This record gives sequence, structure tokens and C-alpha cells, in this order.
Amino acid sequence: MAEKMTGAEMVIQALTDQGVEHIFGYPGGAALPIYDALFQQEAVQHILVRHEQGATHMAEGYARSTGKPGVVLVTSGPGATNAVTGLTDALMDSIPLVCITAQVPTTLIGSDAFQECDTVGITRSCTKYNYLVKRVEDLPRIMHEAFRIATTGRPGPVVIDIPKDVQFALGEYYQPDHDTLRHQSYRPQVDGDAAAIEAAVDLMLRAERPIFYTGGGVINAGPEASEHLRELAELTGFPVTSTLMGLGAFPASHPQWMGMLGMHGTYEANLAMHDCDVMINIGARFDDRITGRVDAFSPNSRKIHVDIDPSSINKVVRVDVPIIGDCERVLAEMVRVWRSKTNQPRNEAIAPWWKEIEKWRAVNSLGYKNSDTVIKPQYAIERLYEATRKQGKDVFITTEVGQHQMWAAQHFHFDKPNHWMTSGGLGTMGYGLPAAVGVQVAHPDALVIDIAGEASVQMTMQELSTAVQYRLPIKIFILNNERMGMVRQWQDLLHGSRYAHSYSESLPDFVKLAEAYGGKGIRCENPAELDAAIAEMLDYDGPVLFDVIVEKDENCLPMIPSGKPHNEIILPDTANIGDIIDEKGRALV
Amino acid sequence: MNAHLQPTGSAYFITKETQEIERHTLSVLVDNEPGILARVVGLFSARGYNIESLTVSETEHGRRLSRITVVVIATPKVLVQIKLQLERLVPVHRVHDLTAEGASLERELALIKVAGAGDHRAETLRLADAFRAQIVDASVESFVFEVTGKPAKIDSFIALMQPLGLVEVVRTGLAAISRGPESM
Ligand SMILES: Cc1ncc(C[n+]2csc(CCOP(=O)(O)OP(=O)(O)O)c2C)c(N)n1
Ligand SMILES: [Mg+2]
Repeated sequence: MAEKMTGAEMVIQALTDQGVEHIFGYPGGAALPIYDALFQQEAVQHILVRHEQGATHMAEGYARSTGKPGVVLVTSGPGATNAVTGLTDALMDSIPLVCITAQVPTTLIGSDAFQECDTVGITRSCTKYNYLVKRVEDLPRIMHEAFRIATTGRPGPVVIDIPKDVQFALGEYYQPDHDTLRHQSYRPQVDGDAAAIEAAVDLMLRAERPIFYTGGGVINAGPEASEHLRELAELTGFPVTSTLMGLGAFPASHPQWMGMLGMHGTYEANLAMHDCDVMINIGARFDDRITGRVDAFSPNSRKIHVDIDPSSINKVVRVDVPIIGDCERVLAEMVRVWRSKTNQPRNEAIAPWWKEIEKWRAVNSLGYKNSDTVIKPQYAIERLYEATRKQGKDVFITTEVGQHQMWAAQHFHFDKPNHWMTSGGLGTMGYGLPAAVGVQVAHPDALVIDIAGEASVQMTMQELSTAVQYRLPIKIFILNNERMGMVRQWQDLLHGSRYAHSYSESLPDFVKLAEAYGGKGIRCENPAELDAAIAEMLDYDGPVLFDVIVEKDENCLPMIPSGKPHNEIILPDTANIGDIIDEKGRALV
Repeated sequence: MNAHLQPTGSAYFITKETQEIERHTLSVLVDNEPGILARVVGLFSARGYNIESLTVSETEHGRRLSRITVVVIATPKVLVQIKLQLERLVPVHRVHDLTAEGASLERELALIKVAGAGDHRAETLRLADAFRAQIVDASVESFVFEVTGKPAKIDSFIALMQPLGLVEVVRTGLAAISRGPESM
């Protein structure tokens, strides 16, 4: 016999049945029945945020670091509109979210009622799917279907808009099985085509200048996918590079690791992408920050592309062997097929290729000129990395958006998947602090650090209050250059150094600000004192806002200017260019 | 003041389009649910695809399925994307490119109002007959014709009515189906 309960109780019951332990939310008139139901139970813990955008990024951080869906609960109208940035962010980066938005009663929909907005209309293009629940009978089915859609195939955000009268209505709760889910049309393909995998392995077996180009899809496919990737890389002996979203899927400490590729990727990764003869793209989508000039992108390679989303195939770059499927399944198959054909890596055949790569590596494209009077941002991240390694704790890094984000990607190294959360596709300033809160909720004993910029961090600064309330000891490591550094860099590059509104004026005193929130504030501007200050931050059992005053006009290099091919990368002036780059290339430096 | 200075680069690389554009008819099988049309149309506007014609109606009541026939103009590369992007929508079952798949039938219905008197009326009726247009309404000074056929046939009938007192036209947009025994 099905149980009778209210719509609001069904929401909680469905969350419990889905194994949800934490949700991030903010109440309001239309959501009160659900809040009332929350109040009367213990299974689901609610984290009260300070702004609904914060809730969505927390849920993203939670999801990315656990592999489980993140859940958000907001009220109608402004609650829903405030969630839009995070939903779009999750859509772009394929993060599974279920976002419950309250709505005015069905009888008032369309009447411009107080706090009414067309939530399904507004979120249609920034969700994987969305629902307006008009009858309580549909609610259990929709709740469970939402989780299925958010977490399977290419993951993404799903919105469930629930009018207040539906929350109050009584109905029978049930758990739908697969066949009673409404959308029989939704059937993501997870197993790659066997013939295509065979063809891919055959190409790999003949490769002389191969490269693995991996992305966020490997992370989304679960930790086993990362294990298979490592196995396949070692079986083949091929070099591995990754997008920003894929960092950690392949260990940065591995000798076959080339560093990140793309606009701020390493010289060796980008040149290897340009010059390779077989490119194996696993779960990446040929984003424009990766390809640069599309018509000059890796002109002489045969391309294999593994992606769970068929629409990613041939969208930007034409590929030779498309494989639609889940990265974990396809990688496992590739390993099996490779093994069935040989038990030798192609070390000998690709030795000249590695030699070339070593030459590019020797350029040391991530080099920078250090200083003993001012803290270089790269140095700050290096020291942070070193200090965290000695902590014996699981370390998670989130970032905001800007130069600091790219320096974090370059100079902090990840050996495990799910430990790096950053806003890649949408590039949302304000992502990192709330994402860190979400990660810390999921991993209370871990060390969670938001590597931030002084401009970005002010976009969602108020979530420090959430961290204090729930005793979440997140560390916010601000690389304070008193600039929107990335904007300033582009203005230097493209707009004749006319710095239109790219200064951070009237900055708050971050130390006092931290104290005002009930956290700890630290400031450091002397390179000699940095290590001690970092140690002080790590030792503090509570949230810390660490204001690292860094070099103001440092450029983030290397950089492939937009619209340029990979081999026109701009290198730092410390790079050992030698005879590798010609005069013309040097002029670009 | 500096606005005249062209930036020396751009944040994005924009490729020149080299492929020719083509007109294709797609048949899209979807769940008939609230918002489905907005989802499909929203996809087209969000991704900058061009719609020539769009028709939608429930075709299988029991299974709550609707068929959307959409005529698009795009390069071959974009056509593939349109199909894949449509298939990515949760309530979309299947998408067939009827133009690419070969033999298909395309029909459209139009209601055409023509007003006039004297010789014009006789000429109007003669042409209507030639086009097998049905008279669905008549008054002393007007006719409403119903004409069915390929869009080109309707186009030419409308062109002929122009000098004879064409008042207004409504068209349903294209309905299309493949030839032979198979269903989509
Ligand atoms: C919400 C949002 N608004 C604007 C931008 C454009 N933008 C990208 S980076 C950046 C500057 C970031 O400054 P800061 O956080 O100080 O980082 P820095 O580059 O100095 O390290 C801006 C404004 C963005 N990415 N997100
Ligand atoms: Mg800054």
C-alpha cells in the first residue's frame, strides 16, 4: 500500500530514497511547506546559504567532489532567478544538480502574483531538463526521474518547479521503476561501438606521434575511468594532456603527464597537440579555449573522439573515429582490445616523439622570475602546494575565475580525480568560495582551499558567513593583485593598455572582514614570511581569509592568443627558448 | 575616443563559412507534453538555427506522441548538429532528415481569400479549378479557397491570385512523411 503524504513530504521522502544527505537552500513564502517538512525530519541536512547563487555553486562543489548529485532548494521568483547563474554553470560543466524551486499556487500562475516568475521558461535553456509539477500525483515520478536525468548520460542540472498548493496537496507516494518513468525517449548510450573501438585501437597501434587529450568526461565517468586511463596510458606509453576540467584524472606526478593544454596550457602539451599524428580525445569537447584557430588545429592528425554526448562529435572539429559512450566503459574496452593485440607499449616506435617532447619540456614554459621583495602569484601557489602536501590530509582545491585560476591549474598538481573544482565553461567569478563550502560539507575532515582573486571573491563573499555557521574550516587564499588581472592582461594584449575599469578600487580590509564574519584573517606581502603565514592558515581550525598581496602586473603565461594556432604560443621571458622558436615567434613573446 | 581603434585580436576565433546552405525537412517525434514546442523552438533560437516552416500536432493520442515537421536552412555541418541537438532533448524520441533520407512526400494546406467582381471573378474561378482549389466560402464579392499541395504549387497559385484581388493567405506549414511501408 502506498503511503499518503503531502507534496512537501514527498519531496523529502524522495530525497531520502535517493540517498541525499545534504541540500543547500534558502527559504521563502512559496517554499515554506517544504521547509516545514524539512524541520520535522533528520535524514536530510539543510545548509542555509546567504544567496541562492551560493547554493548552486555549493551543490556543484559537493557534486564534483563526491560524484553524487548536488541538491538545491530555493523559493519562487527571486530565489529561482538567483539560482540561474549556477544552473548555467552546471550545464556548461556537466555537473549533476537537482534544483527544487518553489512556485506560486497553480491557481495564481500567470497572474503576476507576488514572487511569481516563469521559472520553467527562464531555466529551459540553462538546464538539461525542467519540470513544472501541476499535480501531486506526478510529484514522486518527477522527483525520481529528475535524479536519473541529472546523473546519467552527460550529467547536468534539472529544475523541479513545485507550486505551493502542490506542496500542500495529499497524495500517494511511490517509487517509480524504470518503465513507469515518463520519458522513454531518454536513453543515453553508454557502451561504445565495438567496431569503432577496434578501429581506434588499430590507429593507436600505428601511431608514431600520439597524444591523449582528456577532459571532464573522464571525471564524470567516475574514479574507475581515471584508473582505466592510467592503465591505457601505461600500456601504450603515450603522453597525456588534459583540459582544465579534466585535471586530476591522470596523475600530475606521472612521467607521461604533459601538463594542461589550451590557452594557458604548457608549451609541450600544445605543441604536441599541434604536431601529433593520432589524437585520442577522451571526454573533452574541442572547446575554443583548447583549439585556438580551428582551421589550424592539429592539422596533420587522425582524431579519435570518445564522448557520451553525440552532439559533441564533429561540432567543432571533424574527427575520424567517433565513439559515443561512457568514458569508463570505452576506456575499459580500449584496454581490453589493446591487450588482445599486443602486450608491448609502443615505446620504441614513439621514442623520437618523446625526444621532441623532451625538447619542448626543456623550454620550461611555466617558468617565472621570482623576487625577494614581492610575492609572485605563481610562487604563492607553489608554496601552498608544498605546504598542503605535508598535511597528510585529502586536499581539495576550488578556484574563482581569472589569472589566479590559471596559475592554480598550472602550479598546483593533482594526482586524483574529483579534487579540483573550477568553473570552466561559463567562467563564473564567485564560484570558488561557495564551491569550497560545498566540498567541505561533503568532506568534513579534508583540507579545502579556494584559490581566489580579490575581485572574484567579492562576488559571493557572504558565504563566508555560511562557512562560519556550519563550522566549515575552508581556506580562502586570495592572490590579491588589486586588479582584475585577467582583464588587465587582455587590455594589454588587445586594447593598447587602456585599462577600462579593470582596477580593484576601494578594496575591503580582508583581515578585518574575515574577523567581522567570525573567521580568521591573515595578510602577507613579504615572500620571506609566506611559508609561515601559510602554516598559520593551515593550522587554524576554522575558516580563514588569507590576503596574499602579490605582484600587480604579472602576466599569466604561456598564452595562445585567441585566434592563433598552437604553435604561436607566447612564452614567459624566462623560458629557455633557444633554437626552438624562430625570430618571428620570439617577436610574439 | 578610442573606440575607433580596432583591437589587435579577439577573444574568439571566427571561421569563415565555406559550405553552401541547403534546405532540409526534418521530422521530429516527441512526447506531447507542456512546453515541448518551446523547448524545440528555444533550441533553434538559442543556437542560431533558421526555421523556414514548422508544424506540430499530436499524431498518436494513446502514446501522447506528437510529430513536428520543421524545415530548416543550414550548411550540411550545421544540419547534422541540428539533428543531434534535437535528439539531446529529453522528450525527443527520434529525428529523421527526410530530405537526406530520400523519397518523401511534402504537403501544405493554404486558405486564400480573394475579393473582386466581374471578369476577375470568372478568371479567379478558372484558375482555382486548374489548381484543384476548393471554394470553402463565397460571397458576392469574395471567395475563400482551400488549396493543398507542395509549397511550390501553393506559391504559384498565390502569385496568380495577386492581380486578381488577393486579400490574405494563411498556410499550415509543411507536413512531410517518408514513402514506402516503414514508419520513422
Ligand atoms: C561573473 C563574471 N563577470 C565577469 C567576468 C569576466 N572576468 C573574467 S576574469 C575577470 C577578473 C577577475 O579578477 P580577479 O578575481 O581579481 O582575478 P585575477 O585575474 O586578478 O587573478 C573578469 C572580470 C567573469 N568571468 N565572471
Ligand atoms: Mg585580481
